[in-house]
Amino acid sequence: MATLSMSGLTKRFGDIEVIRGVDIDIADGEFVVFVGPSGCGKSTLLRMIAGLEDISGGELRIDDHLVNDMQPRDRGIAMVFQTYAIFPHMSVRENLGFGLTIAKVPKAEKEQRVMQAARILQMEHLLDRRPSQLSGGQRQRVAIGRAIVREPSVFLFDEPLSNLDAALRMDMRMEIGKLHEQLGATMIYVTHDQVEAMTLADRIVVIKDGIVQQVGAPMELYHQPANRFVAGFIGSPSMNFLPVEVQSVDHDSALVASTSLDAVRVPMRVEPLKSGDQALLGLRPQYLVPTNEQDAGQLHGTLSLVERLGSETVVDVNTRENTRLVAAIADDRTFETGTEIAFTFDPNRAHLFSAAGDGALNK
Amino acid sequence: MISHDNHGLRLAVRYAVLVLVAIIFVFPLLFMVMSSLKPDHQLLVDTGSLRAFLPVGDISFDNYAAAFQRAPISTFVINSVIVTGVTVMLSLAICSLSAFSFVFLRWSGRNLLLSILLATLIVPFETIAIPLLLLVSKLPWLGLDGLEQGWLNSYHVQILPFAADALTIFLFVQYFKDLPSELVEAARVEGASWFQIYLKIIMPLAGPVVATAAILRFLFMYNQYLWPLMVVQSDEYRPVMVGLQYFFQLDTPWGEVMAYLSLITIPVLGFYLMLQRAFIASIASTGVKG
Repeated sequence: MATLSMSGLTKRFGDIEVIRGVDIDIADGEFVVFVGPSGCGKSTLLRMIAGLEDISGGELRIDDHLVNDMQPRDRGIAMVFQTYAIFPHMSVRENLGFGLTIAKVPKAEKEQRVMQAARILQMEHLLDRRPSQLSGGQRQRVAIGRAIVREPSVFLFDEPLSNLDAALRMDMRMEIGKLHEQLGATMIYVTHDQVEAMTLADRIVVIKDGIVQQVGAPMELYHQPANRFVAGFIGSPSMNFLPVEVQSVDHDSALVASTSLDAVRVPMRVEPLKSGDQALLGLRPQYLVPTNEQDAGQLHGTLSLVERLGSETVVDVNTRENTRLVAAIADDRTFETGTEIAFTFDPNRAHLFSAAGDGALNK
Repeated sequence: MISHDNHGLRLAVRYAVLVLVAIIFVFPLLFMVMSSLKPDHQLLVDTGSLRAFLPVGDISFDNYAAAFQRAPISTFVINSVIVTGVTVMLSLAICSLSAFSFVFLRWSGRNLLLSILLATLIVPFETIAIPLLLLVSKLPWLGLDGLEQGWLNSYHVQILPFAADALTIFLFVQYFKDLPSELVEAARVEGASWFQIYLKIIMPLAGPVVATAAILRFLFMYNQYLWPLMVVQSDEYRPVMVGLQYFFQLDTPWGEVMAYLSLITIPVLGFYLMLQRAFIASIASTGVKG
């Protein structure tokens, strides 16, 4: 069990800074997920924690020990790779026990710990097989088992499920969640899949261009995104951003309107705006409620696409200023494309962002 | 039916070509072995006909007996086996270790050094033979009899200059580059030292390149002629290829030459066939991917 703390952590490849001053404190036993678009630096950050990448600046502490220049093996970590990285010339048993063999752990103890890990992951019957005789899911289980056997203080997962098919991914996701409960170890998990992030994490770290955009519990990120990037990244389908003009402001709310949006007063949580500003109104697709009476609606557009999924109906709407909006409507509903549609929404669930910049935190 | 016939025809043509190529490669060997069994006058007469490839006429092992009389063949063979065997082993160890360092370790200048190393591939051995000879004739050697001056007339003068070479290092570098780097990273996280990673992860997966390098190195060393001719004067350390000189005198005994050649070719064929099996097996096992 361990705490982990990063302060001012940076990583440069030549002139390019890929991690730009990361400060995160991770509590003992916490499950933290790094999430972000590809190339955002999340895997690099994980590899820096593992000791596979040098740290260019800042401090990394595990249990209050500075580990910047420590070899991976001395950091008390175990890592599960996206490509499994199990050794193809060894049996499952040898793979699981590899770290213990290297550490010269007595044979009886090694055997016992390997069996225990195999039991946790329900793969006792696979111990004498070679990796080439295993399915993708079984291989990933071996990789996780190899991490468990060493009883590390921190588990690192680098997109462990992205090579699995959808059904298996869901099963393994649940297993990893259960494993965390069972072992209570500190876990850091990198993914670009926000469903994995939302379901597994105690806290999510959203990263873009090597900069932490927001750190918080999944629901905090969903309901109170710190900026437009986080708002658009978390949630599926993504949040809609409707261009609006600020008509008036008071201390914590603003009256906004556009050609397709009747004037509405929404809270101003993220950044201060002033009257006359161009802004973006963030509306989650799930919070848009279609209404039959055009007059009652606040938001107007034309249906361009209807996708019926059974449990919900996802519709694409072109607003009057030709912005594309997506609405996820509960239940199986029938709509006709090309017809006018109007929506209502709870203004308190809307978010207001400045239209300037790319919406992310930049340094 | 038509497609079936076509398939049969195509197969027949393919086999015919394969058989033809096999014959082209086998005939010289067959000629050598058959000629080694015939007395000189018959050998020369048969050369003009297909009889050259058949065990017909006055067949005996007399040439072999004579060859053994003429030259200390067993000493030559033992010398060649020692020199070749030790060089191959050393070369595999040294070249794979240096390739491991080039591919997996991070040290400044490694790309430059690898480029320089590869550049030496275009330098023919003949251009450095004389300077190398002068060098080894002056180098000291700590042997069983104490410190000696000069390496001439020894096993190590035939072994050490060839214990590492750019081509073999290059082969290992290319192979190691294709191995997934996550295997090395996983082993590092699991606590393995660099040498343990080399020994327990990389080398067990390097079967195909080890077999290839071993075959190339074996053939090169076994066929060495110029260098041993320059540095070895006594029969005690002379390898088989240089031993061939014994048979080329005023009147060349062709039957004995063929007998000698048959004798020194057999170990090469044996070694090749042995490694080829390992070679194919290792390729087959790495080919199995999920």
